[in-house]
Amino acid sequence: MPFGTVTNSGPPLLQLEHLSTHYVSAQGTRVVRAVDDVSLTVRAGETLGIVGESGSGKSTLALTLLRILPPAARIVGGRILFEGEDLLQKSETEMQHVRGKRIAMVLQDPMASLNPLFTIGDQVGEPIRIHEGASRRSAWERARALLKAVRIPSPETRVKQYPHEMSGGMRQRIVGAIGISCEPRLLIADEPTTSLDLTIQAQYLNLLRDLQREHNLALIFITHNLGIVAKMCDQLAVMYAGRVVESGPVSQIFNTPKHPYTEALLNSIPRMTDTEQRLVAIDGQPPDLSALPAGCAFAPRCARAVDHCRVAAPPETAPAAGRTVRCWLAEPALAGVGAESGAA
Amino acid sequence: MAVVEAIGLTKHFQTKRGLFGADAGAVRAVDGISFAIEAGRTLGVVGESGCGKTTTAKLVLGLEEPTGGRILFEGRDLASLDPAGRRLYRRSVQAVFQDPFASLNPRMRVDAIIAEPLITNESLSAAEVERRVDRLLDLVGLPARAARLFPHEFSGGQRQRIAIARALALSPRLVVLDEPVSALDVSIRAQILNLLRDLQAELGLSYLFIAHDLAAVAHMSHTIVVMYLGKIVESGDAKTLARAPKHPYTEALFSAALPSHPDERREEIILPGEVPSPLRPPSGCRFHPRCPHAMARCAEEAPELAEIDGRMVSCHLFHPAAAGAAREAQPV
Repeated sequence: MPFGTVTNSGPPLLQLEHLSTHYVSAQGTRVVRAVDDVSLTVRAGETLGIVGESGSGKSTLALTLLRILPPAARIVGGRILFEGEDLLQKSETEMQHVRGKRIAMVLQDPMASLNPLFTIGDQVGEPIRIHEGASRRSAWERARALLKAVRIPSPETRVKQYPHEMSGGMRQRIVGAIGISCEPRLLIADEPTTSLDLTIQAQYLNLLRDLQREHNLALIFITHNLGIVAKMCDQLAVMYAGRVVESGPVSQIFNTPKHPYTEALLNSIPRMTDTEQRLVAIDGQPPDLSALPAGCAFAPRCARAVDHCRVAAPPETAPAAGRTVRCWLAEPALAGVGAESGAA
Repeated sequence: MAVVEAIGLTKHFQTKRGLFGADAGAVRAVDGISFAIEAGRTLGVVGESGCGKTTTAKLVLGLEEPTGGRILFEGRDLASLDPAGRRLYRRSVQAVFQDPFASLNPRMRVDAIIAEPLITNESLSAAEVERRVDRLLDLVGLPARAARLFPHEFSGGQRQRIAIARALALSPRLVVLDEPVSALDVSIRAQILNLLRDLQAELGLSYLFIAHDLAAVAHMSHTIVVMYLGKIVESGDAKTLARAPKHPYTEALFSAALPSHPDERREEIILPGEVPSPLRPPSGCRFHPRCPHAMARCAEEAPELAEIDGRMVSCHLFHPAAAGAAREAQPV
């Protein structure tokens, strides 16, 4: 595998095939399809952005990848191929050797991910001791080097301190240090910068990008922020109501979105340059996942929906190489209707 | 005339330490800032945590008493107002907060929430209150049947509409918007920002708009004030300030804003370090330890806010030698 380069060829590092995760209520009467038939690919050194609103299933998807779902959730179908192995076939013990070692995760709230009762050195060194059987002393040694790598000033004193002695930006970088401590191949970051100030966010995103280059790390960014995608990602998957409605290279999707939801989302963001223009708002509310409409879940809010959209859910099609979309308008021939309104 | 004007507004929080409350210095949350909010216009305030923007909002709302400086309401000093004048001020300045899940009482129906300010401030008949609630709901784009429901029956965006209706109940002159859309889903934000702009055009409202999303502030504001550690470092026309920032901090802040398109390539200024504690702000210019252009003078002498190309900037880079002259030009 070439180091430090982003390649669009080569075998995929992670491949999701028709993955579905449902939440089932205690009586088994209510089923929420949080992740529904999701197929995605991530290559080594590549960054994938998964964008969606609250309730779109993006965080459940991340939890599914590491199999750390709450008890009510069931992975009901599909495969998670990581370096050629299906993670869904692994035993719980085998999964423990994947989590933190080959796939690591960084969560939104750094205060909740750090234990207030342990020193930074112990927490950064913990995965090294667990996965590599290192002694406490050598794990601390490595922790110091990792703090230096995430640009924490004077790491010698910081390893002895506790989380409350750090600022928010520093804590987030420490969580990042824990993430990369065992040199994983894939790092999943779930809204990693929402609690950070703008200039601190810029520092952190640059740090992640440098770490990615140094370690040929694949990154998955889970976010609601299209700006982060525009800045950081190579590939983009847009989720709506548990499904990937559009995916492909970031600049292609920003320039020629194929799904009306993606297009509306891109148009609804205020831009620094054209402040006079009225924003193009999306009508209605995000749907309730336990009471989805028949047909396409976006149809009730879609300005271009035709009758067929309210009857049948669109299949995933490939409008161009490397891109997918779930919309009848992208494949008017398939629907047999709506060709007139869809052609424009 | 400005609806609300602040002159040298200052708020220091005294801190105590130990059992006997020994004086441990003051947190200089807001330190001598001046601005004016004109009728029908929006003043945007940007800056990072600890810059004093929320304290500024509280001072304007009368939730905190300033320790220095003055606030003028339609030209009259708040400190000199009689109780009736103070009541009129509090009616005329309303607020919409970030989290509509926390700012609405879950045990009150929507009509009671919106009617509460009407009932406490005006003596109206029940029928008149109902009529006004209906009109307010219509104004913010909610159906009349929403009146009989509870807040939990609404989504985040609809709740924020309820909060806006409540803020408008007493026909205020100024509405303080503290992060009004950051708790909302991306696809809902544009709805609320459009609603706020429509209401401003229809009712001639003034806004004090506080948000960390710079693009949203630039979109909503006529004037922008940039704050750092309790001081205004730059202020001016929103569009020109966003397009061509002058102060090194404004420049870094706007360069750190996320791009709206992946093909957008700009020079990125990554500031070293973090915002220092307002308990012990750096000497001289408060930004100098992080500033890429800092000179020896910046550590010793605090720059004054002075006009440069129709804008107010507080930086030695733009006022090289004539520090004395700049000091005279300071009040606006």
